[in-house]
Amino acid sequence: MFGPAELISQLLVGISRSMILFIVCAGLSFVLGVLRVPNIAHGSLYMIGAFTTFSITKMFAGSAGFWIALIVAPLLVAVVSLVAERALFCHLYEREHLMLLLFTFAISLILGDLVKIVWGAEYKSVSAPALLKGSISLFGASFPRYNLFLILVGPLVAIAIWLFTNKTKIGKISRAAAVDREMVGVLGINVSWVFAIAFVIGCYLAGVGGALVAPTVSITLGMDHTLIIEAFLIVIIGGLGNMWGALVGSLIFGITHSFGVLFWPQFAIVFPYIAVVIVLLLRPKGLLKSVW
Amino acid sequence: MLEVEGIHTFYGLSHILFDVSLKVDPKEVVCLLGRNGAGKTTTMKSIIGITPPKKGSIKFKGEEIVGIEPYLLTRKGIGYIPDDRRIFADLTVGENLEIAERKAKEGGGWNRERIYGLFPALKNIESRRGGCLSGGEQKMLAIARALTGNPEFILLDEPFEGLAPLLILALEDQIRKLREAGLTVLIAEQNVRSTLRISDRGYIIDNGQIRYHGSIEELRENEEVRKKYLLV
Repeated sequence: MFGPAELISQLLVGISRSMILFIVCAGLSFVLGVLRVPNIAHGSLYMIGAFTTFSITKMFAGSAGFWIALIVAPLLVAVVSLVAERALFCHLYEREHLMLLLFTFAISLILGDLVKIVWGAEYKSVSAPALLKGSISLFGASFPRYNLFLILVGPLVAIAIWLFTNKTKIGKISRAAAVDREMVGVLGINVSWVFAIAFVIGCYLAGVGGALVAPTVSITLGMDHTLIIEAFLIVIIGGLGNMWGALVGSLIFGITHSFGVLFWPQFAIVFPYIAVVIVLLLRPKGLLKSVW
Repeated sequence: MLEVEGIHTFYGLSHILFDVSLKVDPKEVVCLLGRNGAGKTTTMKSIIGITPPKKGSIKFKGEEIVGIEPYLLTRKGIGYIPDDRRIFADLTVGENLEIAERKAKEGGGWNRERIYGLFPALKNIESRRGGCLSGGEQKMLAIARALTGNPEFILLDEPFEGLAPLLILALEDQIRKLREAGLTVLIAEQNVRSTLRISDRGYIIDNGQIRYHGSIEELRENEEVRKKYLLV
């Protein structure tokens, strides 16, 4: 069958894919937790992150383009989300969830078409920067450097989110607003701006995910919808609004998928969903504590 | 300081407050007494803007405040301590205070030390999560949290509810200290005995209407009114 080298390398591939899922899902989960908005357009922002990364890498020669894109693309996504929040979302927070689902679905369709207008319908690809090209040998198997980079970036993002929510005042206010927004308002805090900031941070993470994924996939229309379904499942099995839940859910999703590829390639895509079903049968409210 | 004039408040279609009027002068402690469901909490929520009245006027320091959002009223100097405390369970005691911090308009004000001076028990549990506090500790934290916003006027909804007798005595003392510090207070309560000990004037509310208004002496002597509306 498979030697330990293949297994370990496949495990690492799974973990590295999980890291991108985690970064995107942490953003989705944060928005769900604080604003209670199930944002289907989150996937579209991820896609915009990937497409802008493509454009920015085209603008600069060599590796610099990717590194600049990694900083700038998520910021552009954040700006788009800020405009959407102030113009549209902020008027709709009191609506019921079904309305919000329809609304954010509509936004995702609009953003999808905008992407098509701006970038066209062809596949795009971004190459990894020179530093991260090629493979290294790990336990006798070759392992792509870029995936190793992802495995390092994931925990850094997790630490950054943790520091934000636990050590900054706005992070603490967000945690309070997730549970009782009315009381936060009574303390003299303009909850509307807290929501705007939380929304933008969540969407920024979608942009980071989009930028990071760019060198590993072909960037196409439709990558938004594939991702958002996975992201919602991950957030649900992890526990709504729980950042560590998003991490655990992403790892389950990514690792089951990569082992699926190894053992039964034709059905690889089924394994993560089976894992989701098992988790939901055992823990219908998610693995970790939900803020809902 | 506060003038409520003929307010009518609704929860959806149900009419809860009927023509409620009351007045609180600067540095006064005024109580609003009534049974469960009499309309005390709704009066408080109408003032702080959570359930704004459909009719009538509320003036704070001479300015009409009906329709102003709660966060702006807090910034104008009103503090609200809800009857159910609403402590943020996931945040520690210190964090609960931190997010409510707001600089005093004039110097001085309630900094952390001064608050721990008033509620020494909170200092020892600063790093404990809000959800792990006893009822009495939550009550103290709710008051402390409102004070960190440096209000001039506080709405204190059922401060004594569910507290052990010794804690009630301690809290009475703390409320007296708030008044000595120059705060104006409106207390909504069912615990008549404790409330009368710390108030200057009182209103009695029943079925959403103000039934009686008088000084503390008048309320103490008027047994008939107390029996009729408060069952004590």
